[in-house]
Amino acid sequence: MTATVYSLTAIVFMAMVTFLLGYVGSRKANTTPDFLVARRAIPASRNAAAISGEYLSAASFLGVAGLVLKDGVDALWYPVGFTAGYLALLLFVAAPLRRSGAYTLPDFAEARLGSVNVRHFSTFFVVCIGVLYLVPQLQSAGLTLTTITRLPAWLGGLVVTAIVVVNVLGGGMRAITLVQAFQYWGKLFAIAAPTFVLFVVFLASPNRATQPLSDEGVVRFPQAETITVAEQVVKVRVDEPLRLRVSGQINGRDADGPVFWGRGVYELSPGTTMEFTAGSPVPVVEGSPTTNEAWSRPQTGGISELVRTYSLIFATFLGTMGLPHVLVRFYTNPDGKAARRTALHVLYLLGLFYLFPTVLGVLSKLYLPQLLVNGKTDAAVLMLPETMLPNLGGQILGAIVAAGAFAAFLSTSSGLVVSVAGVVSTDILPGKVRDFRWATVFTGAVAIALAVALPRSDASLTVAMSFALAASTFCPLLVLGIWWRGLTWVGAVCGLVVGGGLVISAQVVSVVSSYTGRWAPAFITQPALITVPVAFAIMIVVSKGTRRRVPADVSQILLRLHAPDPLGFIRDRDVARFGTAEEKARMAEGKRRGAGRAR
Amino acid sequence: MSRHDAGKPEQPARDAWLGEQGRKPRRRRVVLADSTKKSGKALRTIIELEEQTSVGEKLVRDLIRQQLKSAFGLAFAVLFGMCLLPITFYLVPQIGDLEFLGIPVPWLVLGVAPFPILYGVGWVFRRQAERHERDFVNMVDR
Repeated sequence: MTATVYSLTAIVFMAMVTFLLGYVGSRKANTTPDFLVARRAIPASRNAAAISGEYLSAASFLGVAGLVLKDGVDALWYPVGFTAGYLALLLFVAAPLRRSGAYTLPDFAEARLGSVNVRHFSTFFVVCIGVLYLVPQLQSAGLTLTTITRLPAWLGGLVVTAIVVVNVLGGGMRAITLVQAFQYWGKLFAIAAPTFVLFVVFLASPNRATQPLSDEGVVRFPQAETITVAEQVVKVRVDEPLRLRVSGQINGRDADGPVFWGRGVYELSPGTTMEFTAGSPVPVVEGSPTTNEAWSRPQTGGISELVRTYSLIFATFLGTMGLPHVLVRFYTNPDGKAARRTALHVLYLLGLFYLFPTVLGVLSKLYLPQLLVNGKTDAAVLMLPETMLPNLGGQILGAIVAAGAFAAFLSTSSGLVVSVAGVVSTDILPGKVRDFRWATVFTGAVAIALAVALPRSDASLTVAMSFALAASTFCPLLVLGIWWRGLTWVGAVCGLVVGGGLVISAQVVSVVSSYTGRWAPAFITQPALITVPVAFAIMIVVSKGTRRRVPADVSQILLRLHAPDPLGFIRDRDVARFGTAEEKARMAEGKRRGAGRAR
Repeated sequence: MSRHDAGKPEQPARDAWLGEQGRKPRRRRVVLADSTKKSGKALRTIIELEEQTSVGEKLVRDLIRQQLKSAFGLAFAVLFGMCLLPITFYLVPQIGDLEFLGIPVPWLVLGVAPFPILYGVGWVFRRQAERHERDFVNMVDR
């Protein structure tokens, strides 16, 4: 009970700091460019911290350690891919995108290709990706709150949504920049401190009652354990026969009392309680390795595992550059060079952070094998401190971790809400500050409704799906748009529709398959390996076929995207559309002066 | 919606963004003698860039090609390196037996090594890209 009090205090503290920083940031925010791109005046180091703060979502803070616990060394491809994506963004997109002067992704598409149609399609996919990414954040917030307080899951999502919406209403992008930058350092502390302490605890207790990882057999419970299945049906695989006591439903039939489980797959209904003895083998969620050997070695899952890994590499490497909430932060840089420096700084900050979840994942494999039974591995980071240190120290560490997790939901959700609201308000509504506020409320409402309605799956997996969607839609649009003169709006729209359509149908098929026996092959559950090349090919082929539609001013636009900043070709489109008369005049004067110098 | 409409959305806004040069038909500048002073030449090159004379267009194309070459080379190297790992692990499972300081090598290769490497590649690219841009500005400003 005291632990709950500590954790709740830490979470409330985090929420208050968030409010306070949001308030400080929003005092001076009153124009549309403030709300959309924070007036493009954020210095590179703060922007990098804000980007990292926003990017390290529930999937990174809780999900990576959980996947390491479940899948072992192969799960490390997630943090590697999440980081490598920023390299691709730095190489291909960062500076030219900033120089385009656009204020949202659809705005860039229209500026480059000169067509409102491509703008509408981009808007649709921005909203899709944004919502697809928001839902797991809110669901994980629910999971966190249930894990520490037993309050209902929807409440956590609702609290996060409320805080985010209020903050964003106050000052849009300008308000959340400071919040997100602070939350990066908060999260780094919240994951680094427990890692150091728990690692020392691990080293200092040589006689601990855990199964050593060098033991290559099946995973076993270090002590007797009672486990209750939560709200969803779980399928577990048993590789070595065991005896246990059950009360509830197994494979759809009522069971009560001692039972014997041979090798095979068992379906556990919600509410089923199992009592395992110490040393008994751990039944593991279907699809994950059951032995320590398979867990600690890479690529033990055969060809389908190999395909899935390659698909994941593709999706994360190319998907990051297509995530609207990441891109919108690059528009806030003062110029192209600063955008590049920001991206490089992000690589450093992310690399630093991702060293820690891996260690926590390995430790939870030793101390928390019971999470492998009900599949709620996302909770590992939250439960580990108190399991390893059942005293005041553990409770305080647990509170720190809970606050860090909460920071992860808040900062990522803020970024997503701002980017989606920015797009909705400028493309669907007239784009005044009031429209931005309405769009914020609307986005929050839709996201929380979906989060409550949809079944929860692992945060990292859902997030990987939005990476695949981004990699198959906006990645080709940006890369070809920035580097290839021949792209036409017809080609871009065809590529967006086919790439996005393929990923969405793959998502639907794999959801259906997960309910009806997991028959979908790897290239459907992780589709990027196929959909990304297809989207690129379609954009190129259709553009070649519609060569007449290449915008007449394409050379001008490419000059603007690539010319070094000191030459002064940047013209910010948000100023042109929403700026005050004075700002517009200054922009026009700059142009005239440039022309005047020539004569 | 006719093709004409689709191709030309909110033309006034787009013109404002593109600047007056974007609307003009292309003009080819013929230079007979270079009699201008230093600063005059720099300005003229900027104007040439904006008006996309054949010289200006050639300059921009070269810059874009240089930047793309850097970016593509590094991206290919990184992607190739990453793609090599899973297939190596798959074909040579003995790698899983190797240990360094008591930690299996695959864990180090995936859990620690990529981050400094990725940062290093990013650092190299930033340096190259900024050098290309500096060269370009120097050439224009010479």
